[in-house]
Amino acid sequence: MLHSFFRVPALFLGLMLTAGFGLFGCSETTPPQEERLSILGLKRTAPTSPSDTLPDPIPSFTLTNQEGKTINNQTFAGKVYVTDFFFATCPSICPKMQSELLRVYEAYKDNPNVLFLSHTIDPAHDSIPVLRDYAERLGIKDASRWHFATAPHDTIFNLARAYMTGAQVDKTVQGGFAHSGTFALIDSKRRVRGIYDGMEKSQVDLLIHDLPILLKEEAEAKQTAAK
Amino acid sequence: MSWPLSLLRAGAVAAAGLLLTTSVTGCFSNKQNEGAKLYQTHCASCHGDQGEGLRRLIPPVAASDYLVKHRNELPCLIRQGLNGPIVVNGIEYNQVMPGHKTDLTDADIANLLNFIQQNWGNHNPPYTVREISELLAPCNGSIIR
Repeated sequence: MLHSFFRVPALFLGLMLTAGFGLFGCSETTPPQEERLSILGLKRTAPTSPSDTLPDPIPSFTLTNQEGKTINNQTFAGKVYVTDFFFATCPSICPKMQSELLRVYEAYKDNPNVLFLSHTIDPAHDSIPVLRDYAERLGIKDASRWHFATAPHDTIFNLARAYMTGAQVDKTVQGGFAHSGTFALIDSKRRVRGIYDGMEKSQVDLLIHDLPILLKEEAEAKQTAAK
Repeated sequence: MSWPLSLLRAGAVAAAGLLLTTSVTGCFSNKQNEGAKLYQTHCASCHGDQGEGLRRLIPPVAASDYLVKHRNELPCLIRQGLNGPIVVNGIEYNQVMPGHKTDLTDADIANLLNFIQQNWGNHNPPYTVREISELLAPCNGSIIR
Protein backbone atom coordinates (compact mmCIF):
# COMPACT_ATOMS: atom_id res chain seq x y z
CA MET A 1 0.00 0.00 0.00
CA LEU A 2 2.71 2.38 1.12
CA HIS A 3 4.86 1.24 -1.72
CA SER A 4 2.31 1.93 -4.44
CA PHE A 5 1.50 5.24 -2.81
CA PHE A 6 5.04 6.45 -3.39
CA ARG A 7 5.60 4.94 -6.77
CA VAL A 8 3.43 7.36 -8.72
CA PRO A 9 4.94 10.60 -7.35
CA ALA A 10 8.42 9.15 -7.87
CA LEU A 11 7.61 8.42 -11.50
CA PHE A 12 6.13 11.88 -11.86
CA LEU A 13 9.21 13.46 -10.28
CA GLY A 14 11.35 11.46 -12.67
CA LEU A 15 9.39 12.81 -15.63
CA MET A 16 9.63 16.35 -14.32
CA LEU A 17 13.40 16.00 -13.93
CA THR A 18 13.74 14.63 -17.44
CA ALA A 19 11.63 17.48 -18.76
CA GLY A 20 13.77 19.91 -16.78
CA PHE A 21 17.02 18.55 -18.22
CA GLY A 22 15.47 18.58 -21.62
CA LEU A 23 14.79 22.28 -21.29
CA PHE A 24 18.32 22.96 -20.12
CA GLY A 25 19.60 21.00 -23.05
CA CYS A 26 17.85 23.38 -25.44
CA SER A 27 18.84 26.58 -23.71
CA GLU A 28 22.53 25.63 -23.83
CA THR A 29 22.59 25.32 -27.59
CA THR A 30 20.50 28.42 -28.36
CA PRO A 31 20.71 31.86 -26.79
CA PRO A 32 18.23 32.09 -23.90
CA GLN A 33 16.32 35.06 -25.35
CA GLU A 34 15.56 33.19 -28.57
CA GLU A 35 12.31 31.24 -28.38
CA ARG A 36 12.11 28.02 -30.29
CA LEU A 37 9.19 25.64 -30.53
CA SER A 38 9.66 22.02 -29.44
CA ILE A 39 9.46 19.15 -31.86
CA LEU A 40 6.50 17.03 -30.83
CA GLY A 41 5.04 13.76 -31.99
CA LEU A 42 5.40 10.06 -31.39
CA LYS A 43 8.15 7.68 -32.45
CA ARG A 44 6.74 4.44 -33.78
CA THR A 45 9.45 3.54 -36.25
CA ALA A 46 12.71 1.93 -35.17
CA PRO A 47 15.55 4.44 -34.57
CA THR A 48 18.03 4.67 -37.46
CA SER A 49 20.88 5.23 -34.99
CA PRO A 50 21.23 5.32 -31.19
CA SER A 51 21.00 9.11 -31.28
CA ASP A 52 17.84 9.13 -33.41
CA THR A 53 15.18 10.13 -30.93
CA LEU A 54 13.16 12.41 -33.20
CA PRO A 55 9.47 11.67 -33.60
CA ASP A 56 8.12 10.32 -36.89
CA PRO A 57 7.35 13.02 -39.44
CA ILE A 58 3.80 13.39 -40.77
CA PRO A 59 3.42 10.50 -43.25
CA SER A 60 2.84 11.01 -46.97
CA PHE A 61 -0.78 11.72 -47.74
CA THR A 62 -3.08 12.32 -50.68
CA LEU A 63 -6.35 14.12 -50.03
CA THR A 64 -9.00 15.92 -52.09
CA ASN A 65 -9.98 19.48 -51.20
CA GLN A 66 -13.25 21.40 -51.53
CA GLU A 67 -12.48 22.26 -55.16
CA GLY A 68 -11.94 18.60 -56.02
CA LYS A 69 -8.19 19.17 -56.37
CA THR A 70 -5.71 16.59 -55.17
CA ILE A 71 -3.54 17.85 -52.35
CA ASN A 72 -0.54 16.12 -50.79
CA ASN A 73 2.59 16.91 -48.77
CA GLN A 74 3.95 18.81 -51.76
CA THR A 75 1.02 21.25 -51.50
CA PHE A 76 2.47 22.34 -48.15
CA ALA A 77 6.15 22.29 -49.17
CA GLY A 78 8.07 25.28 -47.83
CA LYS A 79 5.06 26.40 -45.79
CA VAL A 80 3.84 25.94 -42.27
CA TYR A 81 0.29 24.86 -41.69
CA VAL A 82 -2.33 24.49 -39.02
CA THR A 83 -4.54 21.44 -39.14
CA ASP A 84 -7.65 20.14 -37.43
CA PHE A 85 -10.35 17.48 -37.75
CA PHE A 86 -14.05 18.24 -38.03
CA PHE A 87 -17.21 17.20 -39.83
CA ALA A 88 -19.81 19.39 -41.48
CA THR A 89 -22.79 18.17 -39.47
CA CYS A 90 -20.93 18.15 -36.15
CA PRO A 91 -23.35 19.55 -33.59
CA SER A 92 -21.05 19.82 -30.61
CA ILE A 93 -17.56 21.30 -30.70
CA CYS A 94 -16.90 21.99 -34.39
CA PRO A 95 -18.57 25.40 -34.76
CA LYS A 96 -16.65 26.71 -31.75
CA MET A 97 -13.45 25.07 -33.01
CA GLN A 98 -13.79 26.38 -36.55
CA SER A 99 -14.62 29.87 -35.32
CA GLU A 100 -11.40 29.79 -33.29
CA LEU A 101 -9.41 28.56 -36.31
CA LEU A 102 -11.06 31.31 -38.30
CA ARG A 103 -9.51 33.75 -35.83
CA VAL A 104 -6.04 32.35 -36.62
CA TYR A 105 -6.82 32.45 -40.35
CA GLU A 106 -7.89 36.09 -40.13
CA ALA A 107 -4.66 36.93 -38.29
CA TYR A 108 -2.51 35.32 -41.05
CA LYS A 109 -4.76 35.87 -44.05
CA ASP A 110 -2.15 37.97 -45.80
CA ASN A 111 0.76 35.63 -45.18
CA PRO A 112 0.98 33.05 -48.01
CA ASN A 113 3.47 30.99 -45.96
CA VAL A 114 0.75 29.95 -43.51
CA LEU A 115 -1.81 27.43 -44.75
CA PHE A 116 -4.77 25.73 -43.11
CA LEU A 117 -6.00 22.17 -43.50
CA SER A 118 -9.26 20.87 -42.05
CA HIS A 119 -9.90 17.14 -42.46
CA THR A 120 -13.41 15.75 -42.42
CA ILE A 121 -13.77 12.67 -40.25
CA ASP A 122 -17.10 11.89 -41.93
CA PRO A 123 -16.10 11.33 -45.57
CA ALA A 124 -19.30 9.36 -46.23
CA HIS A 125 -21.41 12.48 -45.72
CA ASP A 126 -18.95 15.29 -46.42
CA SER A 127 -18.67 15.06 -50.18
CA ILE A 128 -16.77 17.71 -52.12
CA PRO A 129 -19.90 19.86 -52.67
CA VAL A 130 -20.68 19.65 -48.94
CA LEU A 131 -17.13 20.73 -48.09
CA ARG A 132 -17.27 23.54 -50.64
CA ASP A 133 -20.56 24.77 -49.19
CA TYR A 134 -19.13 24.59 -45.66
CA ALA A 135 -16.02 26.56 -46.64
CA GLU A 136 -18.07 29.20 -48.44
CA ARG A 137 -20.43 29.58 -45.51
CA LEU A 138 -17.43 30.05 -43.27
CA GLY A 139 -16.29 32.81 -45.62
CA ILE A 140 -13.26 30.98 -47.08
CA LYS A 141 -13.10 31.83 -50.75
CA ASP A 142 -9.48 30.90 -51.39
CA ALA A 143 -9.20 27.10 -51.25
CA SER A 144 -5.43 27.28 -51.72
CA ARG A 145 -5.10 28.93 -48.30
CA TRP A 146 -7.53 26.85 -46.29
CA HIS A 147 -8.16 23.34 -47.57
CA PHE A 148 -11.22 21.42 -46.42
CA ALA A 149 -10.12 17.92 -47.31
CA THR A 150 -11.50 14.43 -47.58
CA ALA A 151 -10.00 10.98 -48.08
CA PRO A 152 -10.95 7.39 -47.29
CA HIS A 153 -11.84 6.89 -43.67
CA ASP A 154 -8.68 4.95 -42.68
CA THR A 155 -6.40 7.56 -44.22
CA ILE A 156 -8.04 10.32 -42.19
CA PHE A 157 -7.95 8.41 -38.92
CA ASN A 158 -4.28 7.45 -39.40
CA LEU A 159 -3.46 11.09 -40.11
CA ALA A 160 -5.36 12.15 -36.99
CA ARG A 161 -2.99 10.00 -34.95
CA ALA A 162 0.04 11.51 -36.67
CA TYR A 163 -1.30 15.01 -35.94
CA MET A 164 -1.87 13.96 -32.31
CA THR A 165 -5.62 14.43 -32.50
CA GLY A 166 -8.09 11.96 -31.09
CA ALA A 167 -10.73 10.89 -33.63
CA GLN A 168 -12.85 7.78 -33.66
CA VAL A 169 -16.30 6.50 -34.55
CA ASP A 170 -18.56 6.60 -31.50
CA LYS A 171 -22.25 5.99 -31.99
CA THR A 172 -23.01 7.04 -28.43
CA VAL A 173 -22.09 10.70 -28.94
CA GLN A 174 -24.13 13.27 -30.85
CA GLY A 175 -23.12 13.25 -34.49
CA GLY A 176 -21.60 9.75 -34.31
CA PHE A 177 -17.91 10.67 -33.99
CA ALA A 178 -15.81 11.37 -30.94
CA HIS A 179 -12.97 13.72 -31.64
CA SER A 180 -10.90 16.30 -29.85
CA GLY A 181 -10.69 19.91 -30.91
CA THR A 182 -6.92 19.83 -31.26
CA PHE A 183 -5.08 22.17 -33.62
CA ALA A 184 -1.62 20.99 -34.72
CA LEU A 185 1.05 23.35 -36.05
CA ILE A 186 3.27 21.68 -38.66
CA ASP A 187 6.59 22.97 -40.01
CA SER A 188 8.00 22.64 -43.53
CA LYS A 189 9.87 19.48 -42.49
CA ARG A 190 6.55 17.75 -41.66
CA ARG A 191 7.15 17.98 -37.94
CA VAL A 192 4.54 18.80 -35.29
CA ARG A 193 5.71 21.97 -33.56
CA GLY A 194 2.73 22.71 -31.38
CA ILE A 195 -0.62 21.31 -30.32
CA TYR A 196 -3.39 23.51 -29.00
CA ASP A 197 -6.90 22.95 -27.65
CA GLY A 198 -9.10 24.63 -30.25
CA MET A 199 -11.91 24.98 -27.74
CA GLU A 200 -9.82 27.24 -25.48
CA LYS A 201 -9.34 30.85 -26.47
CA SER A 202 -6.12 31.13 -24.43
CA GLN A 203 -4.65 28.11 -26.26
CA VAL A 204 -5.55 29.56 -29.64
CA ASP A 205 -3.98 32.86 -28.55
CA LEU A 206 -0.83 30.84 -27.84
CA LEU A 207 -0.93 29.43 -31.38
CA ILE A 208 -1.23 32.96 -32.78
CA HIS A 209 1.78 33.85 -30.60
CA ASP A 210 3.80 30.76 -31.65
CA LEU A 211 3.35 31.12 -35.42
CA PRO A 212 5.83 34.01 -35.87
CA ILE A 213 8.45 32.07 -33.87
CA LEU A 214 8.17 29.18 -36.31
CA LEU A 215 8.03 31.49 -39.34
CA LYS A 216 11.26 33.17 -38.17
CA GLU A 217 12.95 29.78 -37.83
CA GLU A 218 11.75 28.79 -41.31
CA ALA A 219 13.00 32.05 -42.82
CA GLU A 220 16.41 31.59 -41.19
CA ALA A 221 16.63 27.99 -42.43
CA LYS A 222 15.88 29.18 -45.96
CA GLN A 223 18.60 31.83 -45.73
CA THR A 224 21.15 29.30 -44.48
CA ALA A 225 20.21 26.93 -47.28
CA ALA A 226 20.61 29.70 -49.87
CA LYS A 227 24.17 30.55 -48.69
CA MET B 1 -14.74 21.56 21.02
CA SER B 2 -17.96 21.06 19.08
CA TRP B 3 -19.34 24.50 19.92
CA PRO B 4 -16.70 26.62 18.07
CA LEU B 5 -16.78 24.16 15.20
CA SER B 6 -20.53 24.50 14.72
CA LEU B 7 -20.21 28.27 15.06
CA LEU B 8 -17.56 28.23 12.36
CA ARG B 9 -19.80 26.12 10.16
CA ALA B 10 -22.77 28.43 10.69
CA GLY B 11 -20.56 31.38 9.85
CA ALA B 12 -19.39 29.70 6.64
CA VAL B 13 -22.95 28.90 5.61
CA ALA B 14 -24.02 32.48 6.33
CA ALA B 15 -21.11 33.85 4.31
CA ALA B 16 -21.88 31.53 1.40
CA GLY B 17 -25.55 32.47 1.58
CA LEU B 18 -24.71 36.16 1.57
CA LEU B 19 -22.39 35.73 -1.38
CA LEU B 20 -25.06 33.82 -3.28
CA THR B 21 -27.80 36.35 -2.66
CA THR B 22 -25.63 39.34 -3.53
CA SER B 23 -24.41 37.75 -6.74
CA VAL B 24 -27.88 36.60 -7.73
CA THR B 25 -29.73 39.81 -6.94
CA GLY B 26 -26.94 41.83 -8.52
CA CYS B 27 -28.51 42.28 -11.92
CA PHE B 28 -30.49 39.13 -12.67
CA SER B 29 -33.35 37.41 -11.01
CA ASN B 30 -32.68 33.77 -10.25
CA LYS B 31 -34.71 32.53 -13.21
CA GLN B 32 -32.89 34.68 -15.78
CA ASN B 33 -29.57 33.53 -14.41
CA GLU B 34 -30.71 29.97 -14.91
CA GLY B 35 -31.47 30.75 -18.55
CA ALA B 36 -27.97 32.17 -19.08
CA LYS B 37 -26.45 29.02 -17.59
CA LEU B 38 -28.61 26.77 -19.77
CA TYR B 39 -27.59 28.81 -22.82
CA GLN B 40 -23.89 28.41 -21.98
CA THR B 41 -24.28 24.66 -21.48
CA HIS B 42 -26.47 23.77 -24.43
CA CYS B 43 -26.21 26.51 -27.06
CA ALA B 44 -23.06 28.63 -26.78
CA SER B 45 -20.60 26.33 -28.56
CA CYS B 46 -22.57 26.67 -31.80
CA HIS B 47 -24.54 29.93 -31.46
CA GLY B 48 -21.66 31.78 -29.77
CA ASP B 49 -21.05 33.26 -26.32
CA GLN B 50 -22.98 36.39 -27.29
CA GLY B 51 -25.54 34.67 -29.52
CA GLU B 52 -23.71 35.94 -32.59
CA GLY B 53 -23.81 32.67 -34.58
CA LEU B 54 -21.01 31.78 -37.02
CA ARG B 55 -20.84 33.49 -40.41
CA ARG B 56 -23.36 31.82 -42.77
CA LEU B 57 -22.97 28.47 -41.03
CA ILE B 58 -24.83 28.94 -37.74
CA PRO B 59 -27.66 31.50 -37.44
CA PRO B 60 -27.49 34.12 -34.69
CA VAL B 61 -29.95 34.17 -31.80
CA ALA B 62 -28.92 37.77 -31.07
CA ALA B 63 -31.15 40.37 -32.74
CA SER B 64 -32.88 37.57 -34.59
CA ASP B 65 -36.17 38.07 -36.43
CA TYR B 66 -36.78 34.32 -36.21
CA LEU B 67 -37.50 34.62 -32.47
CA VAL B 68 -40.40 36.97 -33.23
CA LYS B 69 -41.74 35.31 -36.38
CA HIS B 70 -41.61 31.75 -35.05
CA ARG B 71 -42.16 32.41 -31.36
CA ASN B 72 -44.69 29.59 -30.91
CA GLU B 73 -42.54 27.00 -32.68
CA LEU B 74 -39.39 27.60 -30.60
CA PRO B 75 -40.18 25.20 -27.72
CA CYS B 76 -40.63 22.28 -30.15
CA LEU B 77 -37.57 23.40 -32.12
CA ILE B 78 -35.43 23.08 -28.99
CA ARG B 79 -37.07 19.77 -28.03
CA GLN B 80 -36.78 18.12 -31.46
CA GLY B 81 -33.83 19.89 -33.02
CA LEU B 82 -33.68 20.90 -36.65
CA ASN B 83 -32.42 19.32 -39.83
CA GLY B 84 -32.83 21.38 -42.97
CA PRO B 85 -32.76 24.96 -44.21
CA ILE B 86 -33.80 27.87 -42.02
CA VAL B 87 -33.96 31.58 -42.88
CA VAL B 88 -32.84 34.03 -40.19
CA ASN B 89 -32.62 37.78 -40.85
CA GLY B 90 -32.96 37.07 -44.56
CA ILE B 91 -30.03 34.62 -44.73
CA GLU B 92 -30.49 30.91 -45.37
CA TYR B 93 -28.67 28.50 -43.08
CA ASN B 94 -28.55 24.72 -43.37
CA GLN B 95 -27.01 22.85 -40.46
CA VAL B 96 -28.07 20.16 -38.06
CA MET B 97 -29.24 21.33 -34.66
CA PRO B 98 -29.44 18.53 -32.09
CA GLY B 99 -32.65 18.21 -30.10
CA HIS B 100 -33.11 17.88 -26.37
CA LYS B 101 -35.45 14.94 -26.16
CA THR B 102 -35.17 14.24 -22.44
CA ASP B 103 -32.61 16.46 -20.74
CA LEU B 104 -34.60 19.71 -20.48
CA THR B 105 -37.87 20.16 -18.60
CA ASP B 106 -40.57 22.58 -19.74
CA ALA B 107 -39.36 24.97 -17.03
CA ASP B 108 -35.77 24.72 -18.38
CA ILE B 109 -36.98 25.53 -21.89
CA ALA B 110 -38.97 28.48 -20.49
CA ASN B 111 -35.89 29.83 -18.68
CA LEU B 112 -33.67 29.32 -21.69
CA LEU B 113 -36.07 30.94 -24.17
CA ASN B 114 -36.86 33.83 -21.84
CA PHE B 115 -33.14 34.55 -21.53
CA ILE B 116 -32.72 34.60 -25.32
CA GLN B 117 -35.94 36.52 -25.97
CA GLN B 118 -34.83 39.36 -23.68
CA ASN B 119 -31.11 39.68 -24.34
CA TRP B 120 -28.66 40.66 -27.09
CA GLY B 121 -31.01 43.02 -28.88
CA ASN B 122 -34.13 40.91 -28.49
CA HIS B 123 -36.99 42.59 -26.64
CA ASN B 124 -39.75 40.02 -26.82
CA PRO B 125 -42.35 39.08 -24.20
CA PRO B 126 -41.46 36.17 -21.93
CA TYR B 127 -43.20 32.79 -21.85
CA THR B 128 -44.86 31.25 -18.84
CA VAL B 129 -43.98 27.62 -18.09
CA ARG B 130 -47.62 26.70 -18.71
CA GLU B 131 -47.46 28.34 -22.15
CA ILE B 132 -44.30 26.34 -22.94
CA SER B 133 -46.04 23.08 -21.95
CA GLU B 134 -48.97 23.93 -24.23
CA LEU B 135 -46.64 24.81 -27.11
CA LEU B 136 -44.79 21.51 -26.59
CA ALA B 137 -48.01 19.49 -26.88
CA PRO B 138 -48.04 19.30 -30.73
CA CYS B 139 -44.62 17.57 -30.72
CA ASN B 140 -45.45 15.47 -27.65
CA GLY B 141 -42.54 17.19 -25.96
CA SER B 142 -43.86 18.27 -22.60
CA ILE B 143 -41.66 17.10 -19.74
CA ILE B 144 -42.65 18.10 -16.22
CA ARG B 145 -40.61 16.77 -13.35
